[in-house]
Amino acid sequence: MKTDKLHQLAKTIRSKNAGVNKITFDIIFRESAVYQRVKRSGVITAASMAALYRIPLERISDFVEYDPGSAIKFTIYRLKPSGSAGDGDIFGAQQYAPLLDLEIPG
Amino acid sequence: MKSLKIICPNGHLGFAPLRPESFQLGVQARPDYIAADSGSDDVGPVPLGSDTSTSPQSWQRQDLEHMLLASRKLGVPMIIGSAGDTGSNSRVDMYVTMIQELAIKHGLAPFRLGYFYSEVSKERVRKAIRSGSPVSGLDGYADLTEAELDATDRIVAMAGVHPFVKLLQQGADVIIGGRSSDAALFAAPALHHGFHADQAYYLGKVLECASFCAEPYGGKETVMGEITASDVCVTAMLPAQRCTIASVSGHAMYERSNPFEEFFAGGMLDMTNCHYEQLDERTTRVTGSRFLPDAKVRVKLEGAGKVGERFVGLCGIRDPYTIANVDKVIDWAREQVRARFGDTGYELHYNVYGRDGVMGDLEPLRDQPGHELCVMVQGVAPTREMAEELTMIGLRQMFYARLPDVKGTAGSVSFPLDEVLPASAAYRWTLNHTLEVDNPMELFQTGLIEVGT
Repeated sequence: MKTDKLHQLAKTIRSKNAGVNKITFDIIFRESAVYQRVKRSGVITAASMAALYRIPLERISDFVEYDPGSAIKFTIYRLKPSGSAGDGDIFGAQQYAPLLDLEIPG
Repeated sequence: MKSLKIICPNGHLGFAPLRPESFQLGVQARPDYIAADSGSDDVGPVPLGSDTSTSPQSWQRQDLEHMLLASRKLGVPMIIGSAGDTGSNSRVDMYVTMIQELAIKHGLAPFRLGYFYSEVSKERVRKAIRSGSPVSGLDGYADLTEAELDATDRIVAMAGVHPFVKLLQQGADVIIGGRSSDAALFAAPALHHGFHADQAYYLGKVLECASFCAEPYGGKETVMGEITASDVCVTAMLPAQRCTIASVSGHAMYERSNPFEEFFAGGMLDMTNCHYEQLDERTTRVTGSRFLPDAKVRVKLEGAGKVGERFVGLCGIRDPYTIANVDKVIDWAREQVRARFGDTGYELHYNVYGRDGVMGDLEPLRDQPGHELCVMVQGVAPTREMAEELTMIGLRQMFYARLPDVKGTAGSVSFPLDEVLPASAAYRWTLNHTLEVDNPMELFQTGLIEVGT
């Protein structure tokens, strides 16, 4: 079956702090039909995101399919709050890269 | 007043300068208010804990100057929230002084400068804990204990609309706020002029990050929001940007785990039934937002506590065998630190760039390191002397790591510098909590002074 990579389908794929103890991920689509296709594909779920980032499901605090914005959004707990010594990403802005190459069936 | 227009030129004033072209276009659109927030907890706990700014003073002053001159020229109020990145008292004083200096520099006619403080004493918070009023943790934080409170250096409360509305009622022409909900400083003038909370809080929500609600992506550009009795319209001021249904609805999810709800001291903005409509090419109209007031006001508290003094060191690795065994190199260096300082009483961190320095435990490709690595070593200790020595051992001993099959026996790592470097002291977020108050103004002390007389 033909597949497309997520970065070919989404307008925006980003991560960012949501408060000091969470990082939230936004996958935003330009067209509702593409959003619906990705949503229907079942590739992006709380469980699959936990697996991708190799974290227990409990670290996913929220998983939202946000129809008004044609977006899929999930949020994870940090292990330590942002900016604790050793944190490599105080803003949480560079955590989205593993999403780019997810294969979405046609 | 049938409608009220507010422009926002910057989502975090001072962190990077506003862009003058779209700001001037915004000013030409004759707004009723010019407003921007200047803070964020994104910058980590160091600025709040150490009572510093992460933004350079010249950038802060430059944006304040743009906004002050435009506001005085138009004769409309200017509102700043979360002064100086953290909204601590010293940051409010610094911005108040900058405004006074700018007024003298430009010979501005007299105006009223209002300000408020957001710092909360540890004793006030301790009183709540001891009186059995829980200081409730947010986002996975446990309720506050006195031990965590004792470990805290500075606490700020997140103001809602209340101190802004009070200062507007007193006739302030310029407001410098302590720590504030960014959306509140836009909602406050709308409420002050009698607009409904349903629209007023949404106006704040959409304007808080300036051009982040517009597309194509481009920060620090001015946007304008207009509120009426029934809707909010938001327009990009830069000709190359547009506020579209996608960009405006998309902004609701930015930096928030729930795109439908936004919490304030005093209530919650519910965006579940928002309806978005493209009014013209650069304007989107929004209806259907609701504000649900709380019976009891809970104010968010942010607090940071010092962990220790900090030094950092850097080294590189190019040998593929050493790269494959970098954890053993680090273990060797850690062992030498333990031999000198024991197991506890300090922190030693290694970020291995080229492997998982950015993502740490979240990195799926940890087993595919690049052909060269950079390792950043951080040592945190009670004194600067110990932090420096600790970091130096943790760095330099990587050079002497004993890998059994290494060919390069002259040194396991490369050094770009001989020394380790002093860094900001290490702090951590100790408070991410809410406190119940009977009076929403209790934690915020306001003041009003005449400038230019």
